[in-house]
Amino acid sequence: MTRSDPAPVAPTTPGLLTRLLRAREAGLVGLLLLVTLGTAAINPLFLGAGSVRDLFLNVAIIALLVVGETIVLLMKHVDLSISSVVGLSAFLSGSLFIAHPGMPIPVALLFGLLLGAVMGSVNGLLVAYGRVPALVATLGTLYVFRGITYAVVHGGQIYASKLPAGFLTFGTGSTLGVPNLVLLVVLIMIGFGFYLGSWRGGREYYALGSNAEAAVLAGISVTRRTMTGFVLSGAIAGLAGVLYLARFGTVDATAGTGLELQVIAAAVVGGVSIGGGVGTLFGAGIGALLLGVMGSALVTLRAPGFYQQAIQGALLLGAISVDMLVAKRTAKHLQAAPDHTGRTK
Amino acid sequence: MKALMSGLRNLPGWETTLVVLVVVALLGGGLLSGDFLTGQNLSFLTANFSETLLMALTMTLLVIVAEIDLSVASILGLCSAVLGVLFAAGVPMPLAILAAFVVGGLAGLLNGVLVTRLGLPSLAVTIGTLALYRGLAFVLLGDRAIADFPQAYTNFGFGTVPGTLIPIPIALGTVLAILTAVILHATPFGRSLYAIGANEVAARFSGLRVERTKLLLFVMSGLMSALAGVVYTFRFASARGDNATGFELGVIAAVLLGGVSIFGGRGSVIGAVLAVFLIGLINGALTIVDVSNEILTIVTGLLLIGSVLVPNLVARVQAARQRRRPRGEAVSP
Repeated sequence: MTRSDPAPVAPTTPGLLTRLLRAREAGLVGLLLLVTLGTAAINPLFLGAGSVRDLFLNVAIIALLVVGETIVLLMKHVDLSISSVVGLSAFLSGSLFIAHPGMPIPVALLFGLLLGAVMGSVNGLLVAYGRVPALVATLGTLYVFRGITYAVVHGGQIYASKLPAGFLTFGTGSTLGVPNLVLLVVLIMIGFGFYLGSWRGGREYYALGSNAEAAVLAGISVTRRTMTGFVLSGAIAGLAGVLYLARFGTVDATAGTGLELQVIAAAVVGGVSIGGGVGTLFGAGIGALLLGVMGSALVTLRAPGFYQQAIQGALLLGAISVDMLVAKRTAKHLQAAPDHTGRTK
Repeated sequence: MKALMSGLRNLPGWETTLVVLVVVALLGGGLLSGDFLTGQNLSFLTANFSETLLMALTMTLLVIVAEIDLSVASILGLCSAVLGVLFAAGVPMPLAILAAFVVGGLAGLLNGVLVTRLGLPSLAVTIGTLALYRGLAFVLLGDRAIADFPQAYTNFGFGTVPGTLIPIPIALGTVLAILTAVILHATPFGRSLYAIGANEVAARFSGLRVERTKLLLFVMSGLMSALAGVVYTFRFASARGDNATGFELGVIAAVLLGGVSIFGGRGSVIGAVLAVFLIGLINGALTIVDVSNEILTIVTGLLLIGSVLVPNLVARVQAARQRRRPRGEAVSP
């Protein structure tokens, strides 16, 4: 990396960077408000209780997956296998419920978590110890995990009617007016937001992604940290699989297919850099919400469904372009006036 | 330079391995079923990976310069939709095909401009355009399908080279593969791709026009995807917005399995082509004995991982051995 590269410079100047990131998140929140209020002005039903609830339920699973993907992206890696993890976890937890209808819901969640962690550790072993590039390793496991799902499912399907009512009620029900899934996901996001922002272990993901050599010199065990990151990403995806089942009730072998790109898109829109070391869970969550709101707004405004994907793609391109322009400007500022940051060394 | 040399030294090994694996796949398929090694079956089988073969060629070039294009299958779908919509509107077929190429070129140009002018990572850009181009295909066609193409054109998709059993799209792919191989391995332009992929900063300082080269490669990738779109449309005699959805992963898997390094600077056209055939043959062999897609999916994934993991492990063992008798050689950066 060259010295003018913004990424390695950034961590030494948290003041300016944090301010810029905050400005970026403020911009995203502003855009979110604009889209929401604009749509509501045209069609007040957009802010009706039912549609808001549906919106949050739909975003919840993507937002949860974004947590794990963000951790991996921070390390300058990527996890393409999450959609396959979701699929297998959704199907196997469904089978488990059908075999043991009396199983408590927390046990199902734990099962998904552990199953996901096992699959995540395969990715972790390949990337951290096998030195296989994350793109190749997780593209490979995307196929392998999906193949295992096909083999296990064998053309079958899990039907909502066969699942215990309590589980489905959990998936669509609310506590104090907030949907359970949303509550759970928000709690997880807050927990991980705190972990990434303030804990030593969490900060190490940033260190690793901004400058791996420096991270090694600082005494961070790169292999162990990489491993942990992929295990976390897998575990979160496994948990998301159980929630996916609770939300939709009916799943087949294709459950979750293609989610990985939506999740990466949400993270990138939310300011998580694909080049590692930059981004926050708050931003990533807002990114997921923004993509969800855009999709839902298009439905409310009766835009033909066919336009949605194109608009979401254009939005993603817009967001990463703006991100890059901001980053370039930051780099220029840092070069032009290093004293203003108060930390030149 | 050293990386290039050792890269070239390593390549024949992997290609030989792939050739052996292709032969094993052929023989294995023959053992599994007597119908496998018939000309008719192989002809039918190879036709199935025409589009993957075409798109893998330009993908190889892009990955060698350390970029990636995830939008290829979406460009295929968009060009198929453009072709279908224009034909249905009464535009003469040659013009409709031309329009598909223009759209494919422009789609590639947009990818290239975003990557080279704004300096955005191609993985993120092409995830965005993957959604954008697929979305535009749906905007054009919705869930309609346009069929009833003139037989002269669908013959191009279904047919074989007269007097042989070679599917026309595969013959076309082979000619283009040879062309791409010559460009990559025997021209200064081709060698400059390795230099860019191995060390972009060094390449720029030695006067190579990195941005212009990458822009050109993205446009080529768009044009090749357009060609794949035309082939796909005529082969299935159907233009739909969701044509070839998800094909991008197959193309990338083939290129990586072919020994092209995801970090750039290493790889060959012949490796990628062999990998396309290998995956296609295994696919066909397992299908003919009713081993369903599930095993194939797993095998593809394992092959992909193994193709990188095994050489890595071998290299680590060799490195450990060399450390015991150190040589006065500088460590490459």
